[in-house]
Amino acid sequence: MKALVFERKVARYAASRLASTIKGSGSGAKLSPISFQEIGTPDLPGEGWHELDVVLSGICGSDLATIDGRSSRYYEDIVSFPFVPGHEIVAKTKEGSRVVIEPVLHCATRSIQPLCSPCSEGNTQLCQNLAFGDLEPGLQTGYCSTTLGGWGPKVLAHESQIHEVPDNLSDEEAVLVEPMACSVHAALKALGEDGAKVAVIGAGTLGLGVIAALSQFCPVSTIIAAAKYPHQQRMAKQLGAEVVVGPSSFRDAIRRASSSMMHGPWLTAGADITFDCVGSSSSISEALQVTKPGGRIVMVGMPGPTKVDLAPFWHREIKMEGSYAYGTESLGNTFKLAMEMIAAKGLGALVSAKYPLHRYEEAIRHAAQAGGRDGVKVVFEITTEKSRR
Amino acid sequence: MPRPGFVLETDKSTPPTMFWNGEGFRMEKLPSGSRVIYAPEPLKPLDDADASIQQALLNPAGDMPPLPELLKPGMRLTIAFDDVSLPLPPMKRPDNRQRVIEAVLEMAARAGVDDVVLIAALALHRRMTENELRHALGDRVYDSFAPHGLLTQHDAEDPDAIVHIGKTEHGEDVELNRRAAESDLIVYVNINLVAMDGGHKSVGTGLASYKSIKHHHNVKTMTHSKSFMDQERSELHSSNWRMGRFLKDAGVKIFQIETTLNTDTFPKEFAFLQKREWEWKLRDRVSYMGVSKALDRTPPRVARSIFNSVLSPHQMTSVQAGEVEAVHKITTENVYRQQLVEVEGQTDIFTMGLPYIGPYNVNSILNPILVACMGLGYFFNLYRGKPLVRQGGVLIMTHPTPWAFNPVHHPSYIDFFDQVLSETTDPLVIEAKYEESFATDPWYRHLYRTGHAYHGVHPFYMWYWCSHALEHLSRVIVVGGDPRSVKRLGFHPATTLGDALEIASDVVGRNPSISHFHAPPLMIADVK
Repeated sequence: MKALVFERKVARYAASRLASTIKGSGSGAKLSPISFQEIGTPDLPGEGWHELDVVLSGICGSDLATIDGRSSRYYEDIVSFPFVPGHEIVAKTKEGSRVVIEPVLHCATRSIQPLCSPCSEGNTQLCQNLAFGDLEPGLQTGYCSTTLGGWGPKVLAHESQIHEVPDNLSDEEAVLVEPMACSVHAALKALGEDGAKVAVIGAGTLGLGVIAALSQFCPVSTIIAAAKYPHQQRMAKQLGAEVVVGPSSFRDAIRRASSSMMHGPWLTAGADITFDCVGSSSSISEALQVTKPGGRIVMVGMPGPTKVDLAPFWHREIKMEGSYAYGTESLGNTFKLAMEMIAAKGLGALVSAKYPLHRYEEAIRHAAQAGGRDGVKVVFEITTEKSRR
Repeated sequence: MPRPGFVLETDKSTPPTMFWNGEGFRMEKLPSGSRVIYAPEPLKPLDDADASIQQALLNPAGDMPPLPELLKPGMRLTIAFDDVSLPLPPMKRPDNRQRVIEAVLEMAARAGVDDVVLIAALALHRRMTENELRHALGDRVYDSFAPHGLLTQHDAEDPDAIVHIGKTEHGEDVELNRRAAESDLIVYVNINLVAMDGGHKSVGTGLASYKSIKHHHNVKTMTHSKSFMDQERSELHSSNWRMGRFLKDAGVKIFQIETTLNTDTFPKEFAFLQKREWEWKLRDRVSYMGVSKALDRTPPRVARSIFNSVLSPHQMTSVQAGEVEAVHKITTENVYRQQLVEVEGQTDIFTMGLPYIGPYNVNSILNPILVACMGLGYFFNLYRGKPLVRQGGVLIMTHPTPWAFNPVHHPSYIDFFDQVLSETTDPLVIEAKYEESFATDPWYRHLYRTGHAYHGVHPFYMWYWCSHALEHLSRVIVVGGDPRSVKRLGFHPATTLGDALEIASDVVGRNPSISHFHAPPLMIADVK
């Protein structure tokens, strides 16, 4: 079978980084260590593992960062090469059931007993054994050489990773379950903050998901969102943000909503919680400007190495917390909550384009420019690939 | 003898008509049969303005003794004056306010009045700068009062400086500047540029608070003012008059001094702006070409600063003093004498060229909200009788309408444009949903009180000024405007006048009547 494969090739990695710097994100796919090539299907890693046929697989911001050569070196020891990327996966079992994969490769998938402390509490996203056990290192399916990934026709999944897709979700909605679970996990950090004024930076898949999840699950009082493009602004509004403005007006909108004064660019009050769904140095700096002293910043977008002035973080006693993936929430399993939210909000429309695998360069470029092309989520459609062959 | 206003009916031989276009101009060929309405020529000014002022102060109108009889040693005298929003453009020195205030101060000094305070009647406008105050009052007055803290600017948000006088029979709160309210006499010094100014609006609005002003600056009142230039048919004025009479009954004593100006609006270098195009001499054509070409090559910021330095040569045509209503009656007649132009019947399409300046952007930027207000709030309302354009007609205006704001003067405008007009342009919805939060915003309040910012609620009032026109018109088209700004305002952008007429044809058909309002100089269309 043919799949997209990411290999450890330092020169290509550097070339794609250069290309993405010069020509923008997604431009380096041709030069990057990713290629569409023939591979064999590996053996199942052990008991409880299944081979699944991929139907749709999304292109995520973290995939783009990897292809652009911009992801942090932090991940080097918790991925294994070569790997088939793709962790937002809708697939079919041998029996024909539609499933989505919860991609974190935690203790249970690695046959590790006893489970580490976070896994034993259901917080698999915090698993302490991502580099050990029966599998090669890999924080998720799509970053591990043992399991394959969603950017190929077949993927291997442990039974603990598999969630059946309810009939009321289309394939397009199902492929959003994984990213929406990330958003739900982040948004639920606002639980218990009734009446809070919440700021959301970024209106890509994650940002829109956070807005949807906040309005679905959290009784916050006001959601103020910054969205760059008109279609993002429209969607943010539809999904529950009360105030949606362009990035240049964001600070003013939060200032007004929080009846804040200003000194320089800093709000004297500001948002109770800010969700940074971008993860760049400028978005983190902006989050620090608009979050009230003593408030919280939730990092949702995957950051890389950044340069940020942390003086306000210190002086304003702001709490910064990461929000990675999903697991078990006080309201239940995050994937289940995401499915519930997707059905309630009709989020399938976020899928803007589908590409066959062999057009991966185009697909990656489109995903990187999705906002500017009136889109949100770009996915690979593997069934099309199979029928083409 | 100055010629009265004139309505020209164009034919094929009519030269192109000049349209103001912000900090520039456009020459447009109007279809044959269009009407062009020209302002009356400037009236002859008073021969001796200072003598006329003395005369007015000594021979007041209405039930009011001459000013010297009101001035006693030991009394508290407050002199309030119109702010930087008048006149337009700012006039060459000496400003009417300087002439009048110097005369009043001289009489006060002669009478031994020591406790004199000057107050710029800002209402909810921005504070004036030192230069602007010096320009309005003259250096002598400024230097005598400002260093001693006796030249103040009304602060509608200072709870200690505002006093609640009571409520009118309509339940309208009447609040007033404490110093003024507790004075033995308020002398108000006005410049009447248009018929809307002056009268009870001077003290009742200029020295009032938001709580008071909101009773007449609201959508209902604005849509029931037809027009603002006709006091008897203006709900805005009815409310102001109720408040003014309430103040009088409460014992607040006002000696009103109103002055009017002629329409000699632009200096010699821009003489062509005041002439009818077919009467342009070679010199006018050369001036026009020179100025236009130079402006075409000038960055907008520089062009703005060139125009902001223009001082108008207009001169005083009348001065009257005394009891507020009696004074204002004479003033209004004098304004009408200068500005009324008789126009027969309404039109399907009303065209206008918007200049660079309005009351709220002196030394600033005519931002998109002010563009809307200039067109729909002011020029549309420069009528008496009935609107120049018929109900359901189309308004076409020319202005670049850049997405540009002065953040010092108009901070709440920026947020209004970004956060309110992006949601709705319906004045009633805007008023109900957003007004209070802007009006009470602590940051805008801080900037209004300590900087040079308009009050947080001010952009709302600009939009309410438009509400009569918005209700009356079926379409508003902006020629040459930034399409993004124009669309945000809820209007239609067009590249050329031809395109605009094409867009308008959906509403008014292929052979509409067209009337062009050739202002400034300012005028009032007396529509029969």
